[in-house]
Amino acid sequence: MTAVMGTPMKRKEDPKLLTGEGKFVDDIQVPGQLWMGMVRSTMAHANIKGIDTSAAAQMPGVHSVYTGSELADMDLWIAPLPCVWPVTPDMLNPPHYPVAAETAHHVGDIVAVVLADSRYEAADAAEQVVVDYEVLPVVASLADAVAGEKLAHQDLGTNQAYHWALEPAPEAVEAAFASAVHTVKGEFVQQRLIPAAMEPRGVLAVPSPHGGELTIYSSTQVPHILKVMFAATTGIPEQKIRVIAPAVGGGFGAKLNVNPDELLAVTLANRLGRAVRWTETRSEAAFSTHQGRGQHQTIEIAADAEGKIQAVRVHLNADMGAYMMLITPGVPVLGSFLYTGVYNVPAFGFTCDGYFTNLTPTDAYRGAGRPEASYAIERAMDMLAAEVGVGPEEIRRRNYLAGGEAFEDLETASTLVFDSGHYGPNLDAALEMAGYSDLLAQQQARRDAGDKKELGIGLCTYVEICGLAPSRALAGLNYGAGGWEAGTVRLLPTGKVEVVSGSTPHGQGHETSWSQIVADKLGIDPNDVTVLHSDTAISPLGLDTYGSRSLSVGGVAIAMACDKVIDKAKQIAAHQLEANLDDLTFEGGSFSVKGSPDKALAIQEIAFGAFTAHNLPDGMEPNLNEQVIFDPPNFAFPFGTHVAVVEVDTDTGGTTLLDYIAVDDCGNQVNPMIVEGQIHGGIVQGVAQALYEVAEYDADGNCKNPSFLDYLVPSPTELPNIKTGFTTTPSTSNPLGVKGAGEAGTIGSAAAVINAVCNALKPYGVNDIEMPATPMRVWQAINEGSQG
Amino acid sequence: MIPAAFDYVEAVSAEAAIAALGQHGDEAKLMAGGHSLLPLMKFRLATPSVVIDIGRLSDLSYINDGGDHVAIGALTRHAAVETSDLLKSQAPILAHVAGEVGDPAVRHRGTLGGSLAHGDPASDLPAAILALNATMVVKGPSGQREIAATDFFTGFLQTALAADEMLTEIRVPKVPDAGWSYQKFNRRAQDWAIVGVAAVSNGSTNVALVNMGQTPLRAAAVEAALGGGASAADAAAAAAEGLTPPEDLNADATYRAHLAKVLVGRALSEAGAG
Repeated sequence: MTAVMGTPMKRKEDPKLLTGEGKFVDDIQVPGQLWMGMVRSTMAHANIKGIDTSAAAQMPGVHSVYTGSELADMDLWIAPLPCVWPVTPDMLNPPHYPVAAETAHHVGDIVAVVLADSRYEAADAAEQVVVDYEVLPVVASLADAVAGEKLAHQDLGTNQAYHWALEPAPEAVEAAFASAVHTVKGEFVQQRLIPAAMEPRGVLAVPSPHGGELTIYSSTQVPHILKVMFAATTGIPEQKIRVIAPAVGGGFGAKLNVNPDELLAVTLANRLGRAVRWTETRSEAAFSTHQGRGQHQTIEIAADAEGKIQAVRVHLNADMGAYMMLITPGVPVLGSFLYTGVYNVPAFGFTCDGYFTNLTPTDAYRGAGRPEASYAIERAMDMLAAEVGVGPEEIRRRNYLAGGEAFEDLETASTLVFDSGHYGPNLDAALEMAGYSDLLAQQQARRDAGDKKELGIGLCTYVEICGLAPSRALAGLNYGAGGWEAGTVRLLPTGKVEVVSGSTPHGQGHETSWSQIVADKLGIDPNDVTVLHSDTAISPLGLDTYGSRSLSVGGVAIAMACDKVIDKAKQIAAHQLEANLDDLTFEGGSFSVKGSPDKALAIQEIAFGAFTAHNLPDGMEPNLNEQVIFDPPNFAFPFGTHVAVVEVDTDTGGTTLLDYIAVDDCGNQVNPMIVEGQIHGGIVQGVAQALYEVAEYDADGNCKNPSFLDYLVPSPTELPNIKTGFTTTPSTSNPLGVKGAGEAGTIGSAAAVINAVCNALKPYGVNDIEMPATPMRVWQAINEGSQG
Repeated sequence: MIPAAFDYVEAVSAEAAIAALGQHGDEAKLMAGGHSLLPLMKFRLATPSVVIDIGRLSDLSYINDGGDHVAIGALTRHAAVETSDLLKSQAPILAHVAGEVGDPAVRHRGTLGGSLAHGDPASDLPAAILALNATMVVKGPSGQREIAATDFFTGFLQTALAADEMLTEIRVPKVPDAGWSYQKFNRRAQDWAIVGVAAVSNGSTNVALVNMGQTPLRAAAVEAALGGGASAADAAAAAAEGLTPPEDLNADATYRAHLAKVLVGRALSEAGAG
């Protein structure tokens, strides 16, 4: 066998998905199922004075209608919805139940639920439920929350949920700013984003009334976490719960949660003894699924005369939304460590205040805190370059960790130890691919010719934390779970291989990548490997997929399980070939005795021997079936340089992305095609934040653009052919030397694009532009800039 | 995204559709390609109790040479308009604008008549029809009548069609030698125009605007300025004169007015007007 690791093998998943054979939650039908229709609050903040369900109850096909207070009296749950990341001991976390009984805290908060025979009847009946609201003052923005004149939760007496600080050396920060030659300050808005996975969320809970078991199908990234949390919140014994994530059409963090609708389906199915289901509509998703970002950032850099950074100081106000969901408060905290970027920062300070608003809750969205961090430091570095009077590439070179040279296990001012990096050559490669000096010349030529279409070139050199990961480090952050991952490799009697993966794919291609790892390790055909996953009955141990962790934790566990299989198979081979262990070599899937090439056993033959157990070493257990639970010693820190080239029509304000170059370093790669796909998708999500997407709210807390008519997700026609390149700096955090690539694109791209837009508009006196840089906003900035 | 309940009637002919309209009155809606009506129904912004499907009336899908005009059946898909050699030579702006509607999926489903009868001020095709001075042929229970394009759009999503009338044909004057331009400004290729401008210059110049008022409309001030001998640049400066542009997340009225001026300027220049 030739090596399959590092080759662009076509995805095993795709034929099924592309021909419509993928089974998503909504494809699974169960006799006797009831559909839930949600009655959602139309008010962002209101006391529920009364609910009239009589008309709805008379509608055709309706089984029952429950209000929040009726459900509260049914003892369906023993605890509120979980938040597993209470970032401080005194963090405020008002109880959040699946259905609001007394007060609705955001538009879309569920206030009653209809159960009916079909989704249409459920929707029609839900429309007939009449709710009497007593409207309360609405905290409709982060600014409202900080001002504090209105309260998002009346009984809390404050909107501030927590204050979190990472200030390892406050005096050093003060001193650096006091003596700095150059200082810059950037204030940035990370607008709220609506995650837009291709498949909306959905759940189907199927009870087995005589045994008490419950099987729950959910469009989720985290079936294992759901199982634990369903048990903890409902009191249903954990061993009776089976969660299956069938084909899942994307998640981006929005399916990393425990949602009210899921808990409703689980508890009602359990109580009624009938299958209960719900599938989110696209417009509903803007209210029923958590949103991303939602931060106001202030970042300051102190630098010496050459522009070398002396200190970075950051403060965030972060919008939690109406409730703390699974890891809502931790998202800005996760980003805090990256505000020093790829730079040598002698002194660093970070503070964050989390606030409640009467808006849909926020939580993880592709990158979760890290794109925000990368954006702030990379925008501020461009400001520093302008202040010092050097180019954006030069200011970065002057400040790279280790002077841009290769390093391993380097401690940074934000207290983390970066596993490995080599930033200088990565920047060189990106500038070379982009034709950076030619671009600068073209920009100047346009300006000299008075062209009203300005060219802008933007850089971003990012680093990210991925592979969430070391359980002890997560404990230090007060995160409520570990970061290990489980993998099992099992050789079947016929020599084929089953792999059980704890991390669960929702589009990433685990089946292909894990097959490649196993094929490479065992010297077999990747098509002889089947990967089992996403069902807690089949894969009982796992912590699922988020934070670019699957490969660097779960994939490594599988590689290590292969090593255990090989070790055991070698003992069997030595026994059966009557050779010393030390005289055996394993190559191309076969053990042979050095010097006697005819004395050999293929691993498939050993697998059969291990199955019959007729001739094993004394005391050895039959079968080749090994599990590893890997808890890495450190996170992994991928990095890269992105270059965005934009054209800004200064007459209309329209921005066109002309070219995009990404040179990423995610360590060793298993499947470069899958990596490239992840980079492409990630970049587009960052471009979307930079130029297109924002969840807009009015003063009453209503989302003004909940549908795809007005919430602009970019399509291929808005994008250039993205050019990708790679450098390879293996991680020291795991034996495969892999890092992670799922979020990297998003972490690099928003800053690159906005740096490019600002670069284009420099002659117009425009120093910053808020995301998304819409044509109207750009035109207004040009007008204000030229007037100012 | 789940529509309210409705009854469905498949019309086998224009006459049958008109009869069904007469029977159900205001409660009924004609559906051709469905690309305007169905989204409104899914949002429950439109809740017709009867949907009369005219989408299969293939005898109303044609592009014929009518001598001094091109006659286009109301059920002709955008893609057919876009690729018609007759239109490309005789009224090229219409073929071009049809190619600017939505995306390929929309253009293979949506119909010219459906787009015009919906009367959306943000749609592309009404502007082309206005700039071309086309004529609408409509049928009702008492027979056929003709309506000038400039009289057709009467209010927001309102047209001169009576409740029991149906648009059956669009007659487009042949203008093989006219200068023309269509300027569409939007954020994504598939979207409605934030502002659009259709200009046809054939001796005099007709200029129509997209998304600059309650209806698809002609830029009267621009046309008057050009008629009075103003330069293209001066005429373009009058693009928003007398208009009340809509406001939405993409554009406030000031920005829309600015865009109209820029785009009218570009359109007049490309059409060789002024």
